[in-house]
Amino acid sequence: MRIMRLIPLMLLLLAAVRPTAADDSVNPDADFKAFRDYYTKRFPNVPLNDFVNGPYSMDADLRKQWQAIDDFPPYDFAVSRGKDMFATPFKNGKTYGDCFPDKGIGVRQNYPYFDDKTGQVITLELALNQCRQANGEEPYSYVKDEMASLTAYMAFTSRGKPFDIKIPNDPRALAAYQNGEKYFYTRRGQLNFSCASCHVQNPGNHIRTEVLAPALGILAAMPIYRSEWNGMGTISRRFVTCNSQVRGVPLQPQDEDYRDVEYFLSYMSNGLPISGPGARP
Amino acid sequence: MQGQRNGARRVLPTGAVLAAALLVALPVLAQTPVMLGQTLAFDRAKGNCLTCHDIKGGDAPGNVGPPLSDMKSRFPDRNELAAIIFDETRRNPLSVMPPFGRNLILTHEEIESVVDFLYTR
Repeated sequence: MRIMRLIPLMLLLLAAVRPTAADDSVNPDADFKAFRDYYTKRFPNVPLNDFVNGPYSMDADLRKQWQAIDDFPPYDFAVSRGKDMFATPFKNGKTYGDCFPDKGIGVRQNYPYFDDKTGQVITLELALNQCRQANGEEPYSYVKDEMASLTAYMAFTSRGKPFDIKIPNDPRALAAYQNGEKYFYTRRGQLNFSCASCHVQNPGNHIRTEVLAPALGILAAMPIYRSEWNGMGTISRRFVTCNSQVRGVPLQPQDEDYRDVEYFLSYMSNGLPISGPGARP
Repeated sequence: MQGQRNGARRVLPTGAVLAAALLVALPVLAQTPVMLGQTLAFDRAKGNCLTCHDIKGGDAPGNVGPPLSDMKSRFPDRNELAAIIFDETRRNPLSVMPPFGRNLILTHEEIESVVDFLYTR
């Protein structure tokens, strides 16, 4: 009963925090414009394409440290490993390239996409494991290692290409978008944070020594080498650790909610260049 | 006999270790509410105030929330400060401050200790 009475309040709060269109109808285009305007007005000195550099776009000292290590980027091994994996055929003789348009080269910016056959959002990570399974191979863990190497290589070959996420005029695609948006703005965990609490309300601010990244363009640098992880991590890993950090219960990697959030966030970043793989503290 | 004497001798060092352990433990047991509050405020697993607030005496503070200084003059009513720690979203629904009391991150007693500590800053 109590939760029922809270729902109008929760909806009101959702509307208050999100920099999106005022009315309740699903309008991705209006959301996109409001989302981008929010960041460009709040950070007038940050060039639009620099938002993909996350915390480095917000903090000059951090940027200097990053530029100092970028001569020998810590994700290099993942890119070359991913390249080798792309060149190595499966047991049936097919390759990863056979599963993707343009042999998987320079296509990162088109993921995730809405698949009208299955009615699902297909992320790059999901597509890679579907490719393996379709060719008789075991799926990889979604969070690091091989999966991060494959997505690192695919991002690397797509650097500079603008995000080009499409929401077809299909009620199921709009529902997926809306579900992702709702997930993004909903508070959860013992600490009561939504994704937006940190990445919309507080980008550029510090939590201890860490600089919070803006949500605009935040997935363009994925996968990332994180010093805190002492290794590479995928988008799946980032979502799972975010949920743990707010002392919530993480979903399974590639859960429908996570794929829908990725769909929403990537659509908000349309036009911004792929910069991955990235390096983060 | 020999064995018993050996056993008796062993009691002494054990007793000394116990006494030493007590001496080490006593300051913890005798911790004042202010000291306890500081521990809670700086501990990442508990209050973790430093992650978002600058507090005199704490290293590498965050800046999501305002610095916590002159607390006694800013909050002469300690119940108001305790209420903010308990659940700031009741006063400001958009606040990102975790509801430490409502979500059982800190007990009422722990919140009171944090207030005691903040009153010294």
